[in-house]
Amino acid sequence: MSATLEFKPQESYRDDFTFRNSRAAIRRFPLPFPEDEYMYSVNIEPHVAGPPGSVTEHAFDVDEHYIAECRERALVLAAEPLRYQALPHMMSSQWDTLELIMESLARDYPHHFLLERHGNRWHWVNRPLALDDRFTFGEPHSLPREPLDYITRQAQGDFVVMDQREGDLWTEAGMVTTQADWSLDFDIGMTFKEWHGPVPLAHELGVFDRALKFLLNLRLGQPVRRLNWTMTVHPRLDTSPENYPHWGPDRSTVTLQNAGELLHLRVELQGLWRLPRSNAVLFGIRCYLISLAELATVPKWARRVHRVLKTLHPALVDYKGLTRYRDTAVAWLAPHDDGAPTSPGTGPD
Amino acid sequence: MSDAQTLAVEVKAIEAVTPLIKHFTLAAIDGGALPAFSGGSHIVVVMKGATRVHRNPYSLLSSPRELDTYEIGVRRMEESRGGSHYMHDAVKVGSRIEIAHPVNLFALDKIARKHLLMAGGVGITPFMAMLEDLHGGAVPYELHYSVRAPEHAAFLPRLEAREAGRVRMYYDSENQAIDFEGLLSRQPLGTHVYVCGPAAMINRVIATAQHCGWSDSHIHSEQFSAPPVGDAFDVFLARSGLKVHVPHDQSLMESIEAAGVEVPYLCRGGVCGFCLTKVLELDGELVHNDHYLSEAERAKGKHIMPCVSRARCRHLVLDL
Repeated sequence: MSATLEFKPQESYRDDFTFRNSRAAIRRFPLPFPEDEYMYSVNIEPHVAGPPGSVTEHAFDVDEHYIAECRERALVLAAEPLRYQALPHMMSSQWDTLELIMESLARDYPHHFLLERHGNRWHWVNRPLALDDRFTFGEPHSLPREPLDYITRQAQGDFVVMDQREGDLWTEAGMVTTQADWSLDFDIGMTFKEWHGPVPLAHELGVFDRALKFLLNLRLGQPVRRLNWTMTVHPRLDTSPENYPHWGPDRSTVTLQNAGELLHLRVELQGLWRLPRSNAVLFGIRCYLISLAELATVPKWARRVHRVLKTLHPALVDYKGLTRYRDTAVAWLAPHDDGAPTSPGTGPD
Repeated sequence: MSDAQTLAVEVKAIEAVTPLIKHFTLAAIDGGALPAFSGGSHIVVVMKGATRVHRNPYSLLSSPRELDTYEIGVRRMEESRGGSHYMHDAVKVGSRIEIAHPVNLFALDKIARKHLLMAGGVGITPFMAMLEDLHGGAVPYELHYSVRAPEHAAFLPRLEAREAGRVRMYYDSENQAIDFEGLLSRQPLGTHVYVCGPAAMINRVIATAQHCGWSDSHIHSEQFSAPPVGDAFDVFLARSGLKVHVPHDQSLMESIEAAGVEVPYLCRGGVCGFCLTKVLELDGELVHNDHYLSEAERAKGKHIMPCVSRARCRHLVLDL
């Protein structure tokens, strides 16, 4: 069972960027590199409970950044309401998602969340965000917002709901405010391969053919997960195309002196669930940020990330937007890499 | 995927709703709610008989909004290899059986402007749950339900009580037949057609719809093939290093499972493609009974769906 979490409600992901990881948060960071070199793979595994304290211990991880991240989402939505969208035929999948997240949080974090169900009459208590709402499951007007909007404002990470029809998955609802340079407003209504069109190399490797085939057969009660990654300047969650003028120029500010503080490894824990009533697929994209300086407190990780960045395929350097500062990151990490072999697995030594 | 993920249920009620179809009501053994599902879903029922394990797919016909019980309808198949006979003869009220989580391979299209449902015989079962999803919604729908004779019209009282005016019955015994051409040629744009029933009916609907200019994306069908019987043969499993005998009345998948090798599956009816298996060596011919492989793939002879397909051969090696 999880103990009571210590939240850091004053952290910010913009302006003064006061986001920091505690020692414990660093130790549980989901490093996405099992080896010293990186290339795409269909690295999908069952989303089963990981070790206690790990980010995969529970279906939806809640961590010390929960309150701050929910506030950041609210700020983004206040400025740009279209970061949340759901096409009209996605309502049953909205309720499916609300049920899945509420049941998971209430079961996994009973100190913080409570769900009482009496038939369709539900009572939801979110203590960290001081919410206490009663509503009728299946009745949209009984909630202050649409069900997907309501519940994903109370969850960390982005969410996309894909309808399954015509042997394809269609991106037709979502809450996207913590994204690595892609836009729900642009992608909504796209098929699986249209959505992933810009990704280099992977199409040629057949990654999306296999991934789509796999996901079309995703089973109820057997969710899966994978890790993806990129890098971001500052602990900025909202690196959206819409706001490119705010964050794009940051990439030219990285120097050997400030790279440790400025550059962050950005890891996405992606989870995929078959939803029961709608037969849709929920895609959760949870973002974890760690600065190079925080990363370097774990010698194994500094060595490995140094080697991964140094040998990264040029097309991936470009696609991930690292071109301007990759060499600086490698130079900053170099003194932390003594050439010693790294131990197997991704955990800290 | 495998039996590790099954749920244990108890048979709460059995009713003979036609001379050939029995209606089973199942509830979780602990009395709790069963997993939610969508109309058109099926479950695989795992039946542990005296001499062999049967695993048959059956559509859920109960309301997706009522999760205290699941309901299925089982037709006694004339040439059953035992699955439907087991359900009809060995399963009693109070029996405990295992089921896999629901899977939907026959879902309603959520952007359809109208749903045209066509059922033949026991093919009514997935539509019973679909109608619950459609009932009260904004999208129009109609059901055309064809059976041999009035006594074979399973679940008709329930349909008449709830869907009066949206159901049309057709009885072979009274020389009534669904006018496929007429129906399919005068539907509004954006209509989706769904058919479940005997193979001849499904093929007829698909061919007629295509002839009338329907896009394949708007034509939906489901037919679970029971694994057909055939000649006995032997198969060698390359990765397991096992030789397995496939008797004439047992499927390739069942025989492999009986030898202790797990084959990943979803539907066991030749529909989903999940059990696709590589053929490494073959001296003879494959007997494809699935609805998944294309003609081109069949011609290549490199893959087989062991849930329903067989071989007539002297030598067969599979990548299992």
